[in-house]
This record gives sequence, structure tokens and C-alpha cells, in this order.
Amino acid sequence: MSLGRYAPFILTSYGIVAAVVLFLIVWITMDYRRQLQRLRELEASGVSRRSGRSAVDTK
Amino acid sequence: MTLTELANPTRFLALTARILPWLAGATAILLLIGLYQSVTAPDDYQQGATVEIMFIHVPNAWLSMFVWAVMSVAALGTLVWRHPLADVAAKTAAPIGASFTFLALVTGSLWGRPMWGTYWEWDARLTSVLILFLMYLGLIALWRAVEDPSRAARAAAVLTLVGAINLPIIKFSVDWWNTLHQPASVFRMGGPTLDRAYLIPLMVMALAFSLLFITLHLAAMRNEILRRRVRALQMMQASQRRAA
Repeated sequence: MSLGRYAPFILTSYGIVAAVVLFLIVWITMDYRRQLQRLRELEASGVSRRSGRSAVDTK
Repeated sequence: MTLTELANPTRFLALTARILPWLAGATAILLLIGLYQSVTAPDDYQQGATVEIMFIHVPNAWLSMFVWAVMSVAALGTLVWRHPLADVAAKTAAPIGASFTFLALVTGSLWGRPMWGTYWEWDARLTSVLILFLMYLGLIALWRAVEDPSRAARAAAVLTLVGAINLPIIKFSVDWWNTLHQPASVFRMGGPTLDRAYLIPLMVMALAFSLLFITLHLAAMRNEILRRRVRALQMMQASQRRAA
């Protein structure tokens, strides 16, 4: 399919959607790693959950 | 597993750990199929190649409303059933819903310029979707402004339910008022008016974006549970230090 004179509109649309979706994926992945890191640091400082289970245990 | 059993955050984390890789894989495969079908769909006899924008604009527009509907159910969960994960679901859905709404507005604008001759028109459909976007931003700001999650949850739940009034306005705006935007062509009485050459890629893309939302939402909910765990441990640490 030839995009012709509409190419700038179509490519910009797909580009922006790809960028936002990618941003969401990276943001959520980084946030997950950040929370796990903070939990590890807290556990290492001697704070533990009342249940006694590891705070980073997600399984 | 029932909703009551899922009320246990630890059980919820275990469930997400099991299903997230499968959901992410299914989303990626469906997106690839949908994208292939979208770029190989024939040009429309009136709109030419710009019809390709439909395959990303329409799923984002549907999801912009669907996510608010999900948040409204979660708001009921917070206010009526007091489900422990309801406000986690509502809070984490808002930024994702705002992103879909932003994409619906931007891609609609980029589709509108070559077809209508303008990027923007203050007509009922476009304006009501812009209001939806602003409401998402307002909710995100509210969550950030109130430090106590349970107080923020109740305020956000009320605002979400009030904002749900906008959903039927968006849906029926093209019928109630004269707008530049075309009327519904898929979910309408009498069935879709779209040709199968466009309807199939559109439905595949809609399914792919819906799966994308579910995947991102579950992952964000998992993060929020961990964030609250961090907060609880930090408070415990502070009280231990005070006691020492």
C-alpha cells in the first residue's frame, strides 16, 4: 500500500502511538524494579513484615 | 479463584506473576498480526490511505471510555464493597486511560486534518473526549495531592462516578448533535457498516489494545501493592526508631 501524500499524517500517528505505548511499558517496568529495590533495602536495614514473609516475595 | 480470594494482595501478586508473561506474549502476537493486517488493508475509495489511522484511532477511543468504565466499577468497589484492591485498580488505571485518551485525540486530529481540513473543531464528540482527558488528569492530580491512600481513594471514587456521566455523552454525542465526527459504524443497531477488509483488522487491533491494557493494568496494580508495602515498612521503621 502506498501512503502517498497522506504519509506524514499516517506515519506521525503510528509513531506517536508506538512512542506512548513504549513509554508506558518502560515506565511500569522501571517502577516495578524501583519498588523491589526499595523493599530489598528496607529488608536489609532490618525491617520485616508482620507475617515474617519476605517483602519482595511476589510468587 | 473468586473476587473475594483476589482481595488478598499476596494472592493477587502470585496470580499476576503467573499470568503476566502469557498476557504480554499474547498482546505482542496480536499486535503484530493486527499491524500486518492494518498496513495491508486496501485504500478506502474516499479516504485513501488515511483509513490506516482508523486501526489505531478507534481502539484507543474505545479504550479511553472502557478504562473509565473499569474505574467506575472499581469506585463502586471502594465505596460500596470496600474491596481492598478496588482503589489500587482505580488509581493504576487512570494514567493508562489518560494515555489512551491522549492517543485517541492526537490520532483523531491527524486523521481529521486531511479528511475534514482541520486538526480541531469544538464539536460535541471532540470536546466531550477532551473533557474526558482533562478528568483523567484531574484524577491523577487528586491521587498525588492526598497522601493518605484511603482518603484519596474515597474522593477519587466519588469523582470517578460523577465523571461517568460523560461516557454516554461521548457515545451518543454524534447522534444528539450535529458533529463533524462520523456516527457509530461498528457497535450500532443493524450491525457494522464497515467492509470486512477493514472490520477484521480493526477488531484484531481492538483486541490487541484491550489485552495491552489488561497487561499494563495488572503490572501497574502489582507495582502499587509493592509501593504500599514499601510505605507500610517505612512507617514501621519510623515507629521502631521512635521507640528506640
